[in-house]
Amino acid sequence: MATSNGRAMIEVKNVTKSYHRDSIEIPVLRDLSIQVPEGEFLALMGPSGSGKTTLLNLIAGIDRPDRGEVLVGGTDIGTMGESDLAKWRSSHVGFIFQFYNLLPVLTAFENVELPLLLTRLSKGERKARVDLALKLVGLAERMSHYPKQLSGGQEQRVAIARAIVTDPTVLVADEPTGDLDKVSAGEIMELLERLNKEFGKTIVMVTHDPRAASKAHKVMNLDKGELV
Amino acid sequence: MFVVKLVLKNALRHKLRTILTILGIAIAVAAFGFIRTIVTAWSAGVEASAENRMITRHAVSFIFTLPYSYRDQIAGIQGVEEVSYANWFGGNYKDASDWKNFFPRVAVDPDTYFSLYPEYIVPADQLEAFKRERNSCIVGAKLAREQGFKLGDVIPIEGDIFPGKWEFTVRGIYEGKDKTADETQMFFHWNYLNERIKELQPGREGQIGWYVLKVSNATDMTRVARAVDGLYENSRARTKTETEKEFQQSFVSMSSSIITSLKAASYLIIGIILLVLANTIVMAARERMREYAVLKTIGFKKSHIIGLIGGESMMIAIIGGAIGLALTFPAAGALAAAFPTFFPIVNVEPMTIVFASAIALLAGIVAALFPASRAVRMKIADGLRSLG
Repeated sequence: MATSNGRAMIEVKNVTKSYHRDSIEIPVLRDLSIQVPEGEFLALMGPSGSGKTTLLNLIAGIDRPDRGEVLVGGTDIGTMGESDLAKWRSSHVGFIFQFYNLLPVLTAFENVELPLLLTRLSKGERKARVDLALKLVGLAERMSHYPKQLSGGQEQRVAIARAIVTDPTVLVADEPTGDLDKVSAGEIMELLERLNKEFGKTIVMVTHDPRAASKAHKVMNLDKGELV
Repeated sequence: MFVVKLVLKNALRHKLRTILTILGIAIAVAAFGFIRTIVTAWSAGVEASAENRMITRHAVSFIFTLPYSYRDQIAGIQGVEEVSYANWFGGNYKDASDWKNFFPRVAVDPDTYFSLYPEYIVPADQLEAFKRERNSCIVGAKLAREQGFKLGDVIPIEGDIFPGKWEFTVRGIYEGKDKTADETQMFFHWNYLNERIKELQPGREGQIGWYVLKVSNATDMTRVARAVDGLYENSRARTKTETEKEFQQSFVSMSSSIITSLKAASYLIIGIILLVLANTIVMAARERMREYAVLKTIGFKKSHIIGLIGGESMMIAIIGGAIGLALTFPAAGALAAAFPTFFPIVNVEPMTIVFASAIALLAGIVAALFPASRAVRMKIADGLRSLG
């Protein structure tokens, strides 16, 4: 069922990452290497503190490795400056968070439009894209609703629309069903599956949910910063 | 445009908090403007002083008098173009405990005084009528409005420095040339005062409170002062001659501790404005750290985050400052109405408006510095973990 074409979209090479709490160094990832082919749907599993989210953050370019390389689409994002990295993220990565992270003062339409505000698209072009993204996630009728007027599943679908509206090459999802009931979680996983199959999006998803992981092509387990 | 839109929406997120903060700033700015207005009203006489006038008074104190005989000698000094004179009369009008009944009553030389004070504009026919009638007076237009004085009215005054019952007929009403001219005074004939004192308290006649000198060249004032004071260096009534501005300033200096306290209070208010706004912006930014992290994740830059936090801070400061400034005017009006003669000139000066606006804007900038710096330096991963 895999749709990947075998070419590596993401390469994590010998990455080490530690965090510092006061003077204590806490190692999170230890000399980790993985490859994710283009079009792959990868699930990262493991106990809390195993380094899943840290690895996801490194792939998404919102954190940097202490050692090693992270290449996405052939670009070494570890060497990019902060401003270039922000620009790179805006066009190459779509983010889906556990708690949706929609801006409560913006409507569904405005939330989805957010990433497009950083592009040179005209207002009309932006509207067309937002309409399409919301239609894709089945919320075209709810575009003028505020997050508090939506259910958890609907909020997550708006978040997915926001993640895909710039047509990024990679989607990263951090426990996208972690805050949802079974039915909503199922709908979200179907949506991600569809984005992977129909639109060829490479997806890296962190999850604790075996049902969600079962939708992925491949599952990697991490423990104490290493693949097991 | 997006930043502006989000700033507006963010500011309205906690409406009560934003409204209370705006009100706090408005009250503080209004208080600042009001205090500055009091300070400038206190110094209004100094500001209204003419560049070419000097005052000669007793060297020891203003309350001691000088002989009338000095007049011709002073007039003879080179550089002195014209000399007039006046006496503070004091006295009480109606109920003296009511501030509204206080106004300056000054005995002047009717022939020369208004020539030296061209800022007091008296219609020619009224000035002539005043000069002709020894117990007549001229009152300021503002005083006339406050007390309802009209031409022909008789103003009864109970004397204190100069005892007895006095009556003055209003023969003229003067207008100020501009808003800095004091329109709350009453002027009457020095000769009338002198004659009655000669009858009532023989020995007190022929005394002058202060001489007013018009000098032909303002740069010549130091020499004129030395020449006048030199004439009476060894007399029983030594003189002190100074510019009108210095003379007025000496009255203000008597209240210097009050003015210093008022200025200190105004600086304290600046601190209050800053604390009120900083508290709100710090709280708002802390609540939204995760949102800033999300925006940064999506690709928004530091400048956008600074714009969001700084914009909200500035917007609240500007609205609060504008309301505060708007409140300053009726507050100053109320002060003028409550103490019309104690504060004869109450104006919200342009500099007060500039200062108050600058303080509000500065508070807006300073209040945003810390939260904006924190949000910009925050690592995205840390921000996403924070509780919103």
